[in-house]
Amino acid sequence: MATRGFFGRRPSADDAARLPPGQYKTEDFPVLSAGPTPRVQTDTWSFTLKHGPRPLASWDWQAFNALPKTSVMRDIHCVTKWSKFDTKWEGVSIDDLLAAAGVEAPTGFLLAHSFDGYSTNVPLADLVDGKAMVATAYDGRPITADHGGPARLLVPHLYFWKSAKWVNGLQFTERDEPGFWELRGYHIYGDPWREQRFTGD
Amino acid sequence: MPPTRIAWQQATVTAIVPQTPTVKSYILTPSTPFDFVAGQHVDVRLTAPDGYQAERSYSIGSAPGGDTIELVIERLEDGEVSLFFHEVVEVGDAVEIRGPIGGHFNWSPSDAGPILLVGGGSGVVPLMSMLRRRAAASPDTPFALVYSARRWDEVIFRDEVMQRAREEDHFTLALTLTREASPVPDVRSGRIDRMMLADTLMVFGDQLPVLTFVCGATAFVEVATMLLIDLGVPFESIRTERYGGAEAKILGPDVAVPDA
Ligand SMILES: Cc1cc2nc3c(=O)[nH]c(=O)nc-3n(C[C@H](O)[C@H](O)[C@H](O)COP(=O)(O)OP(=O)(O)OC[C@H]3O[C@@H](n4cnc5c(N)ncnc54)[C@H](O)[C@@H]3O)c2cc1C
Repeated sequence: MATRGFFGRRPSADDAARLPPGQYKTEDFPVLSAGPTPRVQTDTWSFTLKHGPRPLASWDWQAFNALPKTSVMRDIHCVTKWSKFDTKWEGVSIDDLLAAAGVEAPTGFLLAHSFDGYSTNVPLADLVDGKAMVATAYDGRPITADHGGPARLLVPHLYFWKSAKWVNGLQFTERDEPGFWELRGYHIYGDPWREQRFTGD
Repeated sequence: MPPTRIAWQQATVTAIVPQTPTVKSYILTPSTPFDFVAGQHVDVRLTAPDGYQAERSYSIGSAPGGDTIELVIERLEDGEVSLFFHEVVEVGDAVEIRGPIGGHFNWSPSDAGPILLVGGGSGVVPLMSMLRRRAAASPDTPFALVYSARRWDEVIFRDEVMQRAREEDHFTLALTLTREASPVPDVRSGRIDRMMLADTLMVFGDQLPVLTFVCGATAFVEVATMLLIDLGVPFESIRTERYGGAEAKILGPDVAVPDA
């Protein structure tokens, strides 16, 4: 049913085609986090790939930055309703990361972990085949702390809370285990095109 | 059993209360009343005749336990949804909402205290729900509110927070105006800074807040949380809600929190 008197500020047809349901286009880059912004220094930074509790591989900042880098340009969609088009990122694709670790994926599910204790679950299939990376640069510059720098996960085809800021590890889990927001009412998978914002959507 | 979806429902606007020249409260009566925890928000959805929809999130300002919810909406001049509320919405209209939403920026009496609230501008809204909840259900829990607004007539819930500070035990208010000198003695002037936060933390004696809730425009939240951490408030005890607006420019540890 239409809302009395509402016509809306309509996006252009081109924009509308790129906007998932309920999203609006913004030119800014809003910030969403559950808490304060941690100041993560690159000299103490590390990234660990695990299977359950068992470490499979680990990199410090220098070693990580020696891995092959990939650049992508993607639209991103935040569950708080804004979408931003054509964002440019550079980082290490999860494909290259797994290859560098020399591991075959032991399970189909992962949890991304962050320096601030945040975690979020993403199925393996949504991380590989060029779909995701650990990003270290945004728009040609190091990622600022408020946007998750020095490194954040980037899974642009899912709602942006899945792109964990201040990421410090990926952990293979036996089953799809809910992370921080997923335990607090947000959707287990988070596909913006199916408007999977909250549990049960 | 699959989890149930938070369904969209019609809510009727049963009252509109001007709060400041640019902020109004909208009292909504949901067709299916729901319980919530102080600090949660709802999503609001507007539909145009051709089916185009706009959605935004708004915090609930009222305390849990009533049949109505209070949304407090600030008018943004180029705002698609906030301007519609201010220009078009009248008592008797219906809008679609769904909620409650949010499982982190929440306070309930079982969390106990002391609790520090830090709000800038309309960021006071979910904090108001917590204050009202405290007064009704847990009046012995120590609370402090550090609250920044631009001008005296732009202080949302001004009379209520000042009255609560006068009448309620264990509640301390530090209110400050960023763009004009305060017309009354116990309201400060200037942006929230390290001193103001340090002074307020002292009302808890040697206890640190068990939880601190910081809400407002993004830049406000960034700087306020940085100052709090600098003052020894544990990182893990700080919960934030960022409403958007201009991006933060972090200048250094001595900066004052930007304009609310
Ligand atoms: C969890 C949550 C709770 C919220 N609770 C409230 C609330 O209780 N009361 C309330 O008034 N708002 C609240 N907001 C913000 C609200 O959802 C909308 O973003 C806001 O009303 C602007 O929407 P709009 O359609 O009017 O403006 P838009 O058309 O979306 O934007 C218009 C312009 O305003 C800018 N802008 C967007 N947000 C802000 C802001 N906060 N400050 C300054 N400029 C901004 C945009 O960048 C843009 O340039 C909340 C946001 C979140 C995420």
